[in-house]
Amino acid sequence: MKVESASSNVETALKRVKADSRGAAYYLRRDWQLYLLLLIPLSFVLVFKYAPMSGLVIAFKDYKIARGFWGSEWVGFEVFNQVFAKPDFGRAVRNTLLLNSLDLVFSFTMPIVLALLLNEVRSVRFKRVNQTLLYLPHFLSWVIIGAIAYQLLAEGNGVVNNLIEMMGGKRVPFLQEDAYWLVSYVAIGVWQSMGWGTILYLAAMSGINPEMYEAAIVDGAGRWRKIWNVTLPSIRVTIVTLLILNLGKVMAGSFERVLALQNKATTEYSTTIEVLVYRWGLEGGNFSRATAIGLFQAVVGLVLVLAADRVAKRLGDDGVI
Amino acid sequence: MRAPAGTLAASRRRRFDIWDALIRFVLIVASLACLLPLVHVASKSFSSDAFVIANKVYLWPKGFTIEAYKKIFADVSILRSFYISVLVTVLFTLLGMIITICAAYPLSRPQLKGRKALTFLFLFTMYFSGGIIPDYMLMNNLGLLDTIWSLILPLSFSAYNLLIMKSSMSNSIPISLEESARIDGAGHFRILWSIVLPLSKPILATLSLFYAVGRWIAYQDALFYIKQNVDLRPLQLKLYYLVIQASESFQLEAAQVQLSNPEVLKASCVIFATVPILCIYPFIQKYFVQGAMLGAVKE
Repeated sequence: MKVESASSNVETALKRVKADSRGAAYYLRRDWQLYLLLLIPLSFVLVFKYAPMSGLVIAFKDYKIARGFWGSEWVGFEVFNQVFAKPDFGRAVRNTLLLNSLDLVFSFTMPIVLALLLNEVRSVRFKRVNQTLLYLPHFLSWVIIGAIAYQLLAEGNGVVNNLIEMMGGKRVPFLQEDAYWLVSYVAIGVWQSMGWGTILYLAAMSGINPEMYEAAIVDGAGRWRKIWNVTLPSIRVTIVTLLILNLGKVMAGSFERVLALQNKATTEYSTTIEVLVYRWGLEGGNFSRATAIGLFQAVVGLVLVLAADRVAKRLGDDGVI
Repeated sequence: MRAPAGTLAASRRRRFDIWDALIRFVLIVASLACLLPLVHVASKSFSSDAFVIANKVYLWPKGFTIEAYKKIFADVSILRSFYISVLVTVLFTLLGMIITICAAYPLSRPQLKGRKALTFLFLFTMYFSGGIIPDYMLMNNLGLLDTIWSLILPLSFSAYNLLIMKSSMSNSIPISLEESARIDGAGHFRILWSIVLPLSKPILATLSLFYAVGRWIAYQDALFYIKQNVDLRPLQLKLYYLVIQASESFQLEAAQVQLSNPEVLKASCVIFATVPILCIYPFIQKYFVQGAMLGAVKE
């Protein structure tokens, strides 16, 4: 038996060597239909994702539209030096990190709390109606959310301020003054994502063995002990993984959200890197400078995401790639 | 043996205590926070100007009128934007699904040579991209600026959706089924068309909705690429100029007789653009939740 299996092992190994020594032509002929199918997505990715990457070289050139892509002069890191020297640049980096960090503190924790609360509800119908309403903002565009925000929070005629005034308070410039704007921006983000963010936690919770709860009850655990000692540990892996992946995105932009909520009075915290790219490049026509700052963001973002993925993998979960 | 079983049964029938009430209260508040803003805007949109100016409208229309909606339906540019959005969304979803299927099926076949390298080539686009300006220059060089194709072609490949469909195809379709079909002489096209696609119907539905809703609510690319040809503005971009920037006014058929309050018109625009999503939302929610969980398997 042993000899036989050993010989068959040798045989499969030999086969593998043989297979590997076959040329690309063999596989192309055998699986030509698969490669033909792949040609369609491949051409799209090459044209619309990889070709633009070559455009990044204008970050190292003094791009003039009249001279064109090839005719413009090479300037090395000159454009980057100009960008780094601008006060707008420091502010944009600060704002990008600030908005994302605040999201991490509030938008990340709120779904965990909501999921724990939803998990405590035993009526299926109550749960389903709540979930349907809580998921709703996820399906609205940022333009719509921005419009609703101004309808509700405007200083002059927003309904929230009307209510505040009715109760004897003073009108608050929720969206028209820098510090208040920052708070509103974060709060609206929580509102938009808190329901949708519960899905993964609820899925993890539904996988908890009911015997764990029963054992906890036998041990005399009340509601909060069960949450603390059974539910939370069961979703710990999900929490940690999502936290790390979100840390990796701390340099990413949320252009549509910022643009829909900002206005001319609140540029202090709303000028993120992407807003600068838009303003310098598409509105101002300075393509080199806009590309340089965009490239800076993309490279730092890539490093952070890969680092986050490495950490998540080391913790024993499947990574992103 | 009997005592713990008794406690268990008792605990399952546990009374509805103060904490249950409190938890439900918090959840109801959170849910209402998601619903009431829309109710308020809808109420405004059906109210008459006088009540809105006097800040008298809360969660129910006052001085009910559909005047604002009449104005929207009389505004050709808004209706055209709606049509552009529908057209772009349909074409985009079709193209996106074709591309995703054509990538996901080969990449889910273990016998494909070069599978690893090709998968990396596709998924790398999730982590790094040229960015706004290089994308814009490409659109310019291809002559796609101010065409609806600038809203359809660039985003039609989505690495995230590919990942979901690929793992679904390699997990849910038994390799033995494919092998027996091959023994019967079926090629890959045949297998894809008559076995894999029919078996993947749920995931096809989910991803089509991902593509469609994603396209419907995005406005960033339209803001960049649709500049001169204002007739091609999709609905969200039209709304951005109309409501957020307030740089555009409504094209009214006749000369403006009465001065109307822009707040009511803005509110009715929001509702006009949200109703399509609200109509399909109850039916698509379940697919979205499934898709979100599938995406997390690998993320």
